Amino acid sequence: MHPIRKKRLTIVLFLLVGLSVAVALTTYALRQNINLFYDPSQISAGEAPVDVRIRAGGMVEEGSVVRDPDSLKVAFMVTDYSASVPVEYVGILPDLFAEGQGIVAMGRLNNEGRFVADQVLAKHDENYMPPEVADALEKASKAGSKPAAVNAAPATY
Amino acid sequence: MWQIFHKLGSPKWFFGISTRFMPWLLVGGIMLLLAGAVWGLAFAPKDYLQGNSYRIIYIHVPAAFLAQSVYIMMASAAIVTLVWRMKLADVFVKAVAPVGLVLTFLALFTGAVWGKPTWGTWWIWDARLTSMLILLFLYGGVIALDRAINDEKSAARAVAVLVLVGVVNIPIIKYSVEWWNTLHQPATFKLTEKPSMPAEMWVPLLLSVLGLYLVFGWLACVRMQTEILSREQRTRWVKEFVMKGRV
Repeated sequence: MHPIRKKRLTIVLFLLVGLSVAVALTTYALRQNINLFYDPSQISAGEAPVDVRIRAGGMVEEGSVVRDPDSLKVAFMVTDYSASVPVEYVGILPDLFAEGQGIVAMGRLNNEGRFVADQVLAKHDENYMPPEVADALEKASKAGSKPAAVNAAPATY
Repeated sequence: MWQIFHKLGSPKWFFGISTRFMPWLLVGGIMLLLAGAVWGLAFAPKDYLQGNSYRIIYIHVPAAFLAQSVYIMMASAAIVTLVWRMKLADVFVKAVAPVGLVLTFLALFTGAVWGKPTWGTWWIWDARLTSMLILLFLYGGVIALDRAINDEKSAARAVAVLVLVGVVNIPIIKYSVEWWNTLHQPATFKLTEKPSMPAEMWVPLLLSVLGLYLVFGWLACVRMQTEILSREQRTRWVKEFVMKGRV
């Protein structure tokens, strides 16, 4: 390779490395601003500001959804499986909202540690499957939650 | 090895060779796209959670994938421009930037259309969506900068530097869903793991991605040929080509 081209190549590579380091440091420093939401662990650890509009995200805890029979009021727990935060919301929930599904809520944290949401968005995961497969999986997991001996039995033959 | 590399840089040589395989790119690409679209939209099973609305994935993912891939190709060409001063590399960057812009816009648009029924919103300023919007502006910036500078050589260098500066955005788009909390879900396809989607869903998606690559290749050749003809209009081979219709 021609020495001049070698020199130019070195300059280009230096430019790229320097730039990457600069951007990496900037995004690292701003990570809390780039994060879309606080997770329940951060909120229960007191990292989220009280009475400021923030987003909270996590999974809707199984069996925690309570609907008010007379209004659109809903209360549920959002969890990341190490901490949970109670959420209140008045309004229409997205179609994908369900227990065990991920959500991102926008609202304010009040003094009692309850999150009062004014917008709830559904977050879906990267898994796609046909409905029949989902049904079969659900059946299998229900069978699996019965005494383990039922599943373990064939292995003894 | 360097000889072949330098031969590749000759606009005339490229013009001749690209004319030969362009029809194959177009025919193959359209067939794959059609197969992917028909299979994906009509025959692939629906999703257990999102129903039929997930099918926009067969447009969204190929567009988003190509949008990033085209930028990486442009960045490689920009290095060639800066180090080897090869004209053809610059021709490539100028030819494909508008294509990349359209693909990025398509990815953002289909994403918004998909986001409304699934997430409940058209747009949210999360890391993935925002970095993709920055990619759109980068493509726009590359086109604008190129138009703004009249001198061909200075335009080529300025554009190459801008393209290279912007390439740091690509890993940010790719890993945004892992580094930060986002509303956008993580990648379904990973290099090291099986896709979290059954084969009857991902095979048509793969066909669409491959098809779009081929169509992009064809489009890049057409646009590069036009650019080459306009740049080399004073050379003898272009005059001969115009008179006789072949190189």
